[in-house]
Amino acid sequence: MARRITNRRKVVISLIAWSIALALFFPILWTFLTSFKTEGDAVATPPQFLFFHWTTENYIEVQARSDYFLHFFNSVVIAVGSTLIGLAIAIPAAWAMAFAPTKRTKDILMWMLSTKMMPPVGALIPIYLIFRNMGLLDSRWGLVGVLTLINLPIIVWMLYTYFKEIPGEILEAARMDGASLMKEIVYVLTPMAVPGIASTLLLNIILAWNEAFWTLNLSTSEAAPLTTFIASYSSPEGLFYAKLSAASTMAIAPILILGWFSQKQLVRGLTFGAVK
Amino acid sequence: MGSITIRNVSKTFGEAKVIPNIDLEINDGEFVVFVGPSGCGKSTLLRLIAGLEDVSGGQILIDGKDVTEAAPAERGLAMVFQSYALYPHMSVRNNIAFPLKMANMDQALINKKVEGAAKVLNLTDYLDRRPGQLSGGQRQRVAIGRAIVREPSAFLFDEPLSNLDAALRGTMRLEISDLHYQLKTTMVYVTHDQIEAMTMADKIVVLNRGNIEQVGSPLELYKSPRNLFVAGFIGSPRMNLIEGDYARSKNAKTVGIRPEHLLPSKQSGLWRGTVTVAEHLGADTFLHANVDGLGPITARVDGEFGVKHGETVYLTPDESKLHRFDDKGLALGPALTGA
Repeated sequence: MARRITNRRKVVISLIAWSIALALFFPILWTFLTSFKTEGDAVATPPQFLFFHWTTENYIEVQARSDYFLHFFNSVVIAVGSTLIGLAIAIPAAWAMAFAPTKRTKDILMWMLSTKMMPPVGALIPIYLIFRNMGLLDSRWGLVGVLTLINLPIIVWMLYTYFKEIPGEILEAARMDGASLMKEIVYVLTPMAVPGIASTLLLNIILAWNEAFWTLNLSTSEAAPLTTFIASYSSPEGLFYAKLSAASTMAIAPILILGWFSQKQLVRGLTFGAVK
Repeated sequence: MGSITIRNVSKTFGEAKVIPNIDLEINDGEFVVFVGPSGCGKSTLLRLIAGLEDVSGGQILIDGKDVTEAAPAERGLAMVFQSYALYPHMSVRNNIAFPLKMANMDQALINKKVEGAAKVLNLTDYLDRRPGQLSGGQRQRVAIGRAIVREPSAFLFDEPLSNLDAALRGTMRLEISDLHYQLKTTMVYVTHDQIEAMTMADKIVVLNRGNIEQVGSPLELYKSPRNLFVAGFIGSPRMNLIEGDYARSKNAKTVGIRPEHLLPSKQSGLWRGTVTVAEHLGADTFLHANVDGLGPITARVDGEFGVKHGETVYLTPDESKLHRFDDKGLALGPALTGA
């Protein structure tokens, strides 16, 4: 017999769910609202929720003071570039682990994941020195490289779980049909894994877009993505909450929109393998 | 051309020796069936021939050429898998064309060959569908189509019919036999289904724990099994294997008699038994009886022979059809009747 859900219970659960969702969303909403306030309204007590003097001057000022589109472009290059290079490395790697595993494959996968458990600051000084000596500080390529490496374990893991679901016999059939390893991956494996690769791609773009530790430490102006752009409004400017909010809104808006349109794909990607 | 020679081939997975050293000769144009219980190494042997697994020792020759180290694609063989292994993202047309595209064949020639294969296999109307939109039998035909367009020197079939229902299996069995008749290409076919083995093969290879128990034509294996394993494996229902006084009276450790070589009677006979189950199939009846002093015996009798559970039945073996085995399970010569 199906579980009986009473109407009262439904209402209570819905209310709780909406409250939690609103609580989670509130900071973003508050940032958004603050970005349209004057600096005075932004710090007013009691806080003003909707009835304040709406203004777009923060956006105009932020754009005048720092070049939003340069940072936006940097973010796109870094997020998309590191994701595409990461995929190009991870697809063959995940192929090998899923279809030609050895006794050590599981260990390698765990080791790769373990690098994500290390606090990144532990590697900051060596990486900073390497970047400085190679002239990579504040360069887009440097950031693309470091973000590729930072997110590679996650890409390999996600693709590995996807590839595990693909029957090996189909790849064997391709081998019998005369496909070289490269053609097997390009014409057979990759098209079959398109949904998995797409969600990996999306998730990784979001991760790379939001990555703040390495981008803040390794870039200053020329290659600085939107994370650095936001940060430049926090410390030196002190209490200019409205402008900081405007900068934040401009930085998170693109990725929020991308996430909104691809949420179906993302949820499927993140829960893949969990439910069959 | 497509003769395959397996010379002293062995295969180990870690500690487990799946195939100890075996030798086998498959002649050009032959339909060879590997049959045996699950886990006997028959699929592994096929995959070794295909090149999908590397041998641990020994040599594999195709048309006299050593291909032991060659990649699967270089061996000129085509394989049909149990799961069909079609490319789900490609249309039927592209599935069949795939091996030709991999061989960089001219597009016009590819089209011609694909359409030719589709015609032979009744797939012309389905060329633009995806494998997911086809029935099991149609999918298997696409897999066969993909194999035949390459004009391979030999076809390898890995239990190709086991995912189909019984009726379809019968039809596909005929189609594959017919295909062999038309193409006259070597076919190596793995199955655990002895009906497939008996009906399709020119030559059956019976495998057990990686060892070849016997190689021969279906009738040879049926008439003169070399040992107890083959005797018990080939033939349905299984051969009755009898030990004890009766076997000793025939100067053997074990005596085998096929269910169809027992003469039933309701009045008199050599052995007296009680019917436990009578399986009426229409034309035939499989009688399972508990025979005094011998234990359970199965007899294949005429469908008109009406007996029920608990009734007494007399069975007399046709002594000219007795199989005798020594204490190592190897076949002795024909029974010495009257000795």
